[in-house]
Amino acid sequence: MLVLEDVTVRFGARAAVDAVSLEVADHEIVCVLGPSGSGKSTLLRVVAGLKPVDAGRVLLDGADQAGVPVHRRGVGLMFQDHQLFPQRDVAGNVAFGLRVRGASRKEQAARVAELLDLVGLPGAGGRAVAALSGGEQQRVALARALAPGPRLLMLDEPLGQLDRGLRERLVVELRQLFGRLGTTVLAVTHDQGEAFALADRVVVMRDGRIAQSGTPLQVWRRPASEFVARFLGFDNVVAATVTGAVADTVWGKVPVPAGTAQGAARLLVRPAGVRLGDPADGLRCTVEGRTFRGHHVAVRLRPESGPVLEAACPLRDAPGEGAVVGVTFAADEVVVLG
Amino acid sequence: MVLARPEVATRRRAALRAGALRAGLMALPVAFFAVFFALPVAAIVGRGLRTEDGAWQAGRLVDVLGRPDIAGVLWFTTWQALASTALTLLVALPGAYVLARFDFPGKALLRAVVTVPFVLPTVVVGTAFLALLGRGGLLDEMWGVRLDTTVWAVLLAHVFFNYAVVVRTVGGLWAQLDPRQEEAARVLGASRLGAWRRVTLPALAPAVAAAALMVFLFTYTSFGIVQILGGPAYRTLEAEIYRQTAQLLDLRAAAVLTLVQFAAVGAILAVHARTVRRRETALKLVDPRSTARRPRGPGQWALLGGVLLTVLLLLLLPLGVLVERSFDGGLGYYRALQHVDAGGGTFLVPPVEAIGNSLEYAAAATAIAVLVGGLAAAALTRRAGRLVRGFDALLMLPLGVSAVTVGFGFLITLDEPPLDLRSSWLLVPLAQALVGVPFVVRTMLPVLRAVDARLREAAAVLGASPWRVWREVDLPLVGRALAVAAGFAFAVSLGEFGATVFIARPDNPTLPVAVARLLGRPGELNYGQAMALSTILMVVCAVALLLLERIRADRSGEL
Repeated sequence: MLVLEDVTVRFGARAAVDAVSLEVADHEIVCVLGPSGSGKSTLLRVVAGLKPVDAGRVLLDGADQAGVPVHRRGVGLMFQDHQLFPQRDVAGNVAFGLRVRGASRKEQAARVAELLDLVGLPGAGGRAVAALSGGEQQRVALARALAPGPRLLMLDEPLGQLDRGLRERLVVELRQLFGRLGTTVLAVTHDQGEAFALADRVVVMRDGRIAQSGTPLQVWRRPASEFVARFLGFDNVVAATVTGAVADTVWGKVPVPAGTAQGAARLLVRPAGVRLGDPADGLRCTVEGRTFRGHHVAVRLRPESGPVLEAACPLRDAPGEGAVVGVTFAADEVVVLG
Repeated sequence: MVLARPEVATRRRAALRAGALRAGLMALPVAFFAVFFALPVAAIVGRGLRTEDGAWQAGRLVDVLGRPDIAGVLWFTTWQALASTALTLLVALPGAYVLARFDFPGKALLRAVVTVPFVLPTVVVGTAFLALLGRGGLLDEMWGVRLDTTVWAVLLAHVFFNYAVVVRTVGGLWAQLDPRQEEAARVLGASRLGAWRRVTLPALAPAVAAAALMVFLFTYTSFGIVQILGGPAYRTLEAEIYRQTAQLLDLRAAAVLTLVQFAAVGAILAVHARTVRRRETALKLVDPRSTARRPRGPGQWALLGGVLLTVLLLLLLPLGVLVERSFDGGLGYYRALQHVDAGGGTFLVPPVEAIGNSLEYAAAATAIAVLVGGLAAAALTRRAGRLVRGFDALLMLPLGVSAVTVGFGFLITLDEPPLDLRSSWLLVPLAQALVGVPFVVRTMLPVLRAVDARLREAAAVLGASPWRVWREVDLPLVGRALAVAAGFAFAVSLGEFGATVFIARPDNPTLPVAVARLLGRPGELNYGQAMALSTILMVVCAVALLLLERIRADRSGEL
């Protein structure tokens, strides 16, 4: 469906998108994840034709899009803050893409009704867009983008402006909807929860380059680099030298999964793999703080040597602040980073 | 890779297309200004500063500027503009505050009333103050006080004329400043005055400066008012250019003075552009409706009362007297307007025909100004570069360059094929449109720039071609501003005097020209007819403005 070949976009001397190659298959939902300034929104603008490429090619259904103007690309784009047309009502917004393509009034009305049903706003066609809540605006924007039946739908921070509860509900709805319609989706977001819940495949970007690409599970389980690990919120990263099934670190000896490459590496220990026990066993740590996280408690530990550690403990086992504990590591929660 | 890569070529094509679009939009405005502004002005300057065989004579500049009468004119022009500006700020700033921050019954009416003077033709303003302050005027009758031919009449008329500029520019911004900023300062420990001085004043200062510069510009180039109220003793540059050109036939002096005015106006506009640019940045603005409230306490009610009294005495009284005087002999003066001979050989046609002429000319001028100004604004919206900013400033120049010079320049340049327009009726609307274009651009540009570029992108992604995007997104959003711009252009064209006085043909006078001609003749009947014709002109302009106020969104435009 969509193929990007070595796409580069420069703003002055800086490359916002740096030789990025990416493919999105038919009916696939791909989510580009990255911090702000990583070039992910630029990527969408390139595909839409709003931003010319400085090098590389964009292909849709195998056809090179160079020289194809925005309005002939047949893609949909949902803007971050929706950009609904203020002077039109809901139906006028949703019908816009059909109208400029010359659809008859009857067709437009039927399609608008169908889409408003689909996004859960039946009968809202006559409402003014200024009177809509954030969630409703988001639904109208989605209906508007879907109405002309784009071959590729792009979403720029689709749920960025909504509050947390609504976001979590909508992301599930979106995934179900796209699955039912068979829509091909390229979304960008800085929110890992959103990306993992929405996507078939996640692409992590950093400074205009792709840092990692894989299914949500793959990326979550095996972050490819320290950057990806830290971006996903894992901060237990340390330098290590792997010898056999054990790595040497400032935290002492840490077991690694079987088959790990030997030699110097960066090591990630997921908080779930940090086990607390008797101070006599393992790395002596002082508990610096505790943060309640719902189903577990995140415990901040100050080891005798090396950087701060985070451990995830069941609620009833969590030690109090100032307690001294002994830390051991579980091999299956240890990841050797590239 | 040896061959040019295809995407490089496409990119170049896209850039070329964007450039071509901008060039296309700018072509007509640039051509218009070249032919109807640059050419006539250059011709006049050339006539004045070159000898018969075409050699430039820079020495003439020094000769003319060294003359004591010219030095006097320069000095008067500058100090009266400074004094007018200071006086206008003093009188109008309380008005700006009241209209921005207070909510009271009749506020919309008051806002409309204070704006009327700005679109009134200078000739009407001059006549109205003559009726108030002049020989046989209201003050003369009541207390024997006459202020015409004193500088006070000129200054007061300037305040009258520019009150709206300050109220609109400063008050418009003031109404949009978030009062919570001041509240934040108060909570942090600032006194009421301290909060105003540290938070509001700095935010307001650029707008005050911009308004002051506009007032300075308008009063520096003042013509009609000085011509009618200044008497022989007081002449601004513009009035002197007219005298040198039309009465003394000294083109040399006129050319030098045109250049001086050109340089001064250029400098003022450059400073203005800088202030405006500073103003556009970094202010958090809110909906003006959310910031006004009822006056509280005797102090605030007194302020409101003072402003209302000022408006009554300064703005409404002169106009009231004008109307009253025009009905002095019942409808006699109005009836006299229908006869050719009543003017004692002043006119070739009944003065009343000037109404029809004026309306026709102004309608044509409006169409031209909206077309040229609209295209220019559309071109200026697309990305700001150095070139575009220069073009922006260029569009403002007709506001300040001597209209008299332009008018006379029209006569001596547009008299040969292919552009032999001297006998064409189009000549007058063309000159008037020149003054209307800056208003159109000023009104349209902020609105066009405020259209979120991503709204256009959203339409394009949904399949709308560039032309369709303009029609579907831009036009509905700026339609209102377009109507306002047209109204401004119409009012300005209707009142244009400096250029029209040269090129309007004796058998086709416009209203301002007819008024001036009547005032120039002795006799009660002529004076009364001038009052009557001025009243008609005022009513036409006021009606145009009130229609405008109805469609005007509060935030469209800078003026």
